[in-house]
Amino acid sequence: MTQTNRRTLLKSAAAGGLLAANPLLGRFASAQSAAPIKLGFQQHVTGIGAAYGRWYGRTTDAAVKMINDAGGINGRPVEIVAEDDGTDPKRGAEVLEKFANQHGCDAAFGALFSHVVIGSAPAAGELKLPNFVVSEGHHVASGMLNRYTLQPGITDVKSQVQAMAPFVANTLGKKVTMVFPDFAFGHDHRDYFTAAIEAQGGEVLEHIAIPPTETSFTKYFPKIPRDTEVLYHVMVGPAVLTFVKELGEFFGPSAPALFGFLDSLEAVDLASPGLEFLEGSYFWEGNPRYAQEDQSEFDKTFRAAVGVDANGASISDPADVSTYSHMFGCWETLHIIKAGMEAAGYQGPADRAKLIEAVEAMTYIPESQANPQGAKVFNGKTHQVFGHQYISQVQDGKLVKVHTTSIDDTFYPDEADYISQSF
Amino acid sequence: MKTHLLHLALIGLLFALGFILPDYHQGNFSRIMVLAIYAMGYNVMFGYTGMLSLGHAMFFAAGMYGFGLSVQLGDLGVIPAMLLALLGTAAFAALVGALSLRTIGVGFMIVTLMFAQAVYLTILYAGKYTRGDEGFVLQPEARTIAGMALNQPDIRYFTALMLFGLVLLGTGLLVRSNFGSVLVAVRENEERTRMLGYDVIAHKMGAVVVSGVISGLSGATYAALFGYVGASFATVQYSIFPLLWVLLGGMGTTLGPFVGALLMFYLIDYSSGLTNAYMLIVGVALVLLVLFARAGIIGEIRKRWVPWLP
Repeated sequence: MTQTNRRTLLKSAAAGGLLAANPLLGRFASAQSAAPIKLGFQQHVTGIGAAYGRWYGRTTDAAVKMINDAGGINGRPVEIVAEDDGTDPKRGAEVLEKFANQHGCDAAFGALFSHVVIGSAPAAGELKLPNFVVSEGHHVASGMLNRYTLQPGITDVKSQVQAMAPFVANTLGKKVTMVFPDFAFGHDHRDYFTAAIEAQGGEVLEHIAIPPTETSFTKYFPKIPRDTEVLYHVMVGPAVLTFVKELGEFFGPSAPALFGFLDSLEAVDLASPGLEFLEGSYFWEGNPRYAQEDQSEFDKTFRAAVGVDANGASISDPADVSTYSHMFGCWETLHIIKAGMEAAGYQGPADRAKLIEAVEAMTYIPESQANPQGAKVFNGKTHQVFGHQYISQVQDGKLVKVHTTSIDDTFYPDEADYISQSF
Repeated sequence: MKTHLLHLALIGLLFALGFILPDYHQGNFSRIMVLAIYAMGYNVMFGYTGMLSLGHAMFFAAGMYGFGLSVQLGDLGVIPAMLLALLGTAAFAALVGALSLRTIGVGFMIVTLMFAQAVYLTILYAGKYTRGDEGFVLQPEARTIAGMALNQPDIRYFTALMLFGLVLLGTGLLVRSNFGSVLVAVRENEERTRMLGYDVIAHKMGAVVVSGVISGLSGATYAALFGYVGASFATVQYSIFPLLWVLLGGMGTTLGPFVGALLMFYLIDYSSGLTNAYMLIVGVALVLLVLFARAGIIGEIRKRWVPWLP
């Protein structure tokens, strides 16, 4: 295993990685065909991931419009073939087969929920269809998938959680109690954060796992030790509003510092009744939902293109709150595919392996209009991108960014080497 | 004789299709045949014995996890893992039968639903081994038999066909055997069957075990051929699917499960290309079926035109 750090990555970037990351320097092959580049969009239109799927769809439309307005990929327009996978792993694999064998797609992208990504991965490998997932799961970097599955547009949960520990320990407190759903997503947080906070000299006093079928949480709160300084919570799903409301009723004004992941409240309006208790609490954000004072021009353009207002909701419907911490991943992924195809001189499905090699060669990816969330570092061996994470505080019912992690904070030793796998 | 010829003709047709179907449809048919095994298993209990289970996903999942964990944690080959999965599913089905056969009708439906939910939650709680809701991938190198990679489209198709054919012929024999006749008698009139001197509970138990093992075979085969093991296959949705396939194709017919699985698969596949409201189309199709073809497709054909259909 090797330790990834910025220095080694920058060195390799200088050796050629930037070529792949920067379309201006990329090798523009003369387009032998004006036929569109077909990208299969594995979209969660129905099922548990529908709210994400809706916003992933809008982001994808905006990104494709921008790419096509600028001349497409290698002079060819991009065409999206969207199929609903029902947020179901079985259907996810079937949809990939449809993309590859019926629609003749060049690549696929867009799966978010971990079980769909993992369930679809064998199909991607067998079909030899590059599948660019936008999931933030650790499954790609863990090595359990294959060379045809990549995650270059969004960081993974392990790096996100790990990067939170220094801020939590130094700003909020070292004695932490964790409340998490008792399934894989919660277990990831439990395992990665516990190790990370211990590395910062802190400790987790109690792990409180909530069964996934639970609808009321009051009975779990007495388990929270009295000397808890920070309550780390990552409840997700419809029960999260009840969870926060009951937490407020339990603690009243004397609560420990609260730290959560915005996954809990993606597509949920912070002004929803019962969420008042979150005032003053802290959240991880993948990308700040509310336009910040130091908002970049890139974010401004991205927000406008997708149709999101300064509060992170749809321009046409303020009650339709976006999944801002995740959906940028589709935008950035599509631009990575463009950069990869242009670097590889991609002509058609016979060049799929070249596309993967071109993306694997990417290293430092600067903040740009193609990457509005921030600069990133792609690790070709683990097929996973690393990037800045944001911590925001709820102030007057809005999330205000109070801390930006470094990319270095998100690195961990490699757990896989997909490059050693044959195509 | 006609029955066996019909079954052999379907197997022969599917064999021929294996060489001529385009890649996409060959892949679809591989899945459909595996799912049809599941539906045939369900049909033994529901179609022939008249026991409506709302929790059959527990047997599918038992086979799938029995196989998947044997490969992943036990490092077993495909065939030993498959045998272990089937043995485990048989024992589990016997346990479920012993407990649930104390109930009938709606009670049986509720009990099977609850058992299936318990299985689903057990998979989540054993996340250390099962990876909970995320599930896990079985790598291609672990899915080979005598050097044959089960992830190769042709091998996958003909493996699915072989198992589908065995189960089709097997259930064809089963339902025409004395045992099968008693199951049908239980379905038609349980009390009369008991009065005739048959041990109804023992026959029902037999139906649960046979049905569970066939469903488990489907789950294990799905894992072996498609390389993924996940808790979503244990959710209530996957208990309802075989019920719909059997109702659509024709309950109590040997070909109904295959026809139902085939039509439902393509109905979803084509309608999802037309609209995101494809489940509405599927729903309307099922309502029409209930209104105009209550016996299901093969059932209606048997009722109206071909009375000898098995």
